[in-house]
Amino acid sequence: MAEVKIPIGPQHPALEEPELFLLTVDGEQIVDAEMRIGYNHRGMEKSAEFRTFMQTLYLYERICGICSHSHTTCYIQAVEEIAGLEIPPRAKYIRTLIAELERIHSHLLWLGIAGHEIGFDTLFMYSWRDREFVQDILEEITGNRVNYAINTIGGVRRDIPENKIDDYLKALDILEERCGYYTKVAFEEGTLAARLGGVHYLSKEKAIELCACGPFARASGVATDVRFEEPYLAYPEIPFNLITYDSCDIFGRAVVRILETIESIKICRYILKNLPPGEIKLEKVPKKIPEGEAVSRYEAPRGEDIHYVRSNGGEKPYRAKVRAPTMQNLPATMESLKGSYIADAPIAIASIDPCFSCTDRIAVVRDIRSGKESRVRLRDLSKYGKGGRR
Amino acid sequence: MTAELVQILLFPGFVFLFAYAMFVEWFDRKAYALMQNRVGPPWFQPFADFIKLMAKEYIIPKRANPVFFLALPTGILAFVLTTIVCIPVASNKAMYSFEGDILVVAFLLTAASMVIFLMGWFSNNPFTIVGGTRAISQMISYEVPLLFALLTPAIMAGSWSIAEITAFFRANPILLIFQIPALIIALIALQAKLERVPFDIPEAETEIVGGPLAELSGRGLALFHLATDIEMIVGVTLLANLFLGGFSSNIAIGLIEFFVKTLALVFILTAMRTVMARVRIEQLVLFCWHRLVPAALVQVLIAVLIKGWWLT
Repeated sequence: MAEVKIPIGPQHPALEEPELFLLTVDGEQIVDAEMRIGYNHRGMEKSAEFRTFMQTLYLYERICGICSHSHTTCYIQAVEEIAGLEIPPRAKYIRTLIAELERIHSHLLWLGIAGHEIGFDTLFMYSWRDREFVQDILEEITGNRVNYAINTIGGVRRDIPENKIDDYLKALDILEERCGYYTKVAFEEGTLAARLGGVHYLSKEKAIELCACGPFARASGVATDVRFEEPYLAYPEIPFNLITYDSCDIFGRAVVRILETIESIKICRYILKNLPPGEIKLEKVPKKIPEGEAVSRYEAPRGEDIHYVRSNGGEKPYRAKVRAPTMQNLPATMESLKGSYIADAPIAIASIDPCFSCTDRIAVVRDIRSGKESRVRLRDLSKYGKGGRR
Repeated sequence: MTAELVQILLFPGFVFLFAYAMFVEWFDRKAYALMQNRVGPPWFQPFADFIKLMAKEYIIPKRANPVFFLALPTGILAFVLTTIVCIPVASNKAMYSFEGDILVVAFLLTAASMVIFLMGWFSNNPFTIVGGTRAISQMISYEVPLLFALLTPAIMAGSWSIAEITAFFRANPILLIFQIPALIIALIALQAKLERVPFDIPEAETEIVGGPLAELSGRGLALFHLATDIEMIVGVTLLANLFLGGFSSNIAIGLIEFFVKTLALVFILTAMRTVMARVRIEQLVLFCWHRLVPAALVQVLIAVLIKGWWLT
């Protein structure tokens, strides 16, 4: 049988964002996998250089729709480190709370999508229904469902209303019960285990070698979590567990995410009960950030997020580099894809919880007829960036 | 002549099947939605979908074979509609009953599955071809246990005619208990035949974008969906006849029996697709050959023993 190339993407019902995975299949088995990124590049890092530190905060909120808080917190930690600002403890707790609520909402979203990929639409409907509890809490605290915009340099913009805390705790209780139910479903429903078990195998050694991160790596038994390795925000003061699972497959990733959701609910409950009193932001924040550079690490729902910020002492960042977790997970994903079945490709790609808009790097313009490539040069791109601002 | 024409065109022929197909699709979708905590569609939604699709443009892709692309949707509809000639609907008599009509029905349903493969093959698109080959692998897996399951009542009744089998079981309802395993096997195989979750492997929209139906549009898609709905009715009616004692000769009681029995079976099929995830093709093949076929063989053996010792 001749080689058949099956394209997954750039437009495909299994992908939410445009990206191309070219699978060479032999019957039902994938013998080679190739990916092309660059369909969703927006030149964010470049445009950050034309904005002030505060404006960049709101720009970076829009890097990703799901982990919007992750990117801003990661960025702002770097900025605050350069400026030498220490934010009030209450602000730290609120940032942590939003981060954990975001993790719950992201993991439940993933659970639903994973269910949909394997034709288990009931799981999709149930987990998205329960996700609304978190979305409602987020909306009440921040005013928004997705781009929360709670961070500001030197603290947070909004306080948590004291009289609402009981309602939030009640909602979290319901959510914990539902997550317990999902754990039960995951372990007891036969087709789910049959479909996810042993699929897209990534051994512990390979995971370390190819630098996988987040729940993807933790499901392969690698105990990596920035919240433990380099605690930031309020994490040093909060008791919680690091979840790992050693089945090294998609089933393990589902279990890790569900258990992490339960862990996050516990963190949220701890924060709501132990909110330190005081201010939520610093009174005086400098507009100009002094010269210097900083790297900030943050455990986003999808894995380790790294931001590098460099200031020249002006109002605008000289460089604000983003390294999203999906980028780091892609090599291991493509490696594990080889040898698995084509039926598993969508769920395998979805199992890392990919976010391509965070990841996209370069734009390659290719002429289909001649096969010639032409790259967009930095000069043209910067011209484009300047033009876009006017 | 007029009476037959009325039977073919009105009841239980085209008009009735069309209306009931729309109702059953709504019933299926609504029950599915309610079990998933959703509102679900209004009762006229399947009909509205059908009219909308009929009004849309029918695009024939450049790479597809135009003759087959135009003919196959009509073909599958013809195959599933023809089966109704041999199956008693809401009555104890079929339009034309003869010795061996159960095999004719089985053949026509297999031909309908074959059309799905041909549709994928002649659409000539990577997704449709993969979907078509999956449809064939799926077919050779579920077809054998399905036929064994249909064989059980035929052996017990000692007849190859659906109407006679039904009459036999109405006379000896106690024997229905001994073929409950066959009913379960037949329901699972029917779910696979209808390509519904957990066996919607050939369609699998998140993997191969709808499989054999990927290139279909407009009228063709509408006819294909209608054919699938009618296939479901035909399937559950056949099972109700063979395994649930069929329907009374009295038209009113017969109709009530028909609706209760078919909707109960449809509900089981709906519940099956609510609580399960899609399996992989090789898992289905293994499941069919390692679990269903041995179970069906044991069931046939039981039927033979009962026939040999009890009924003679």
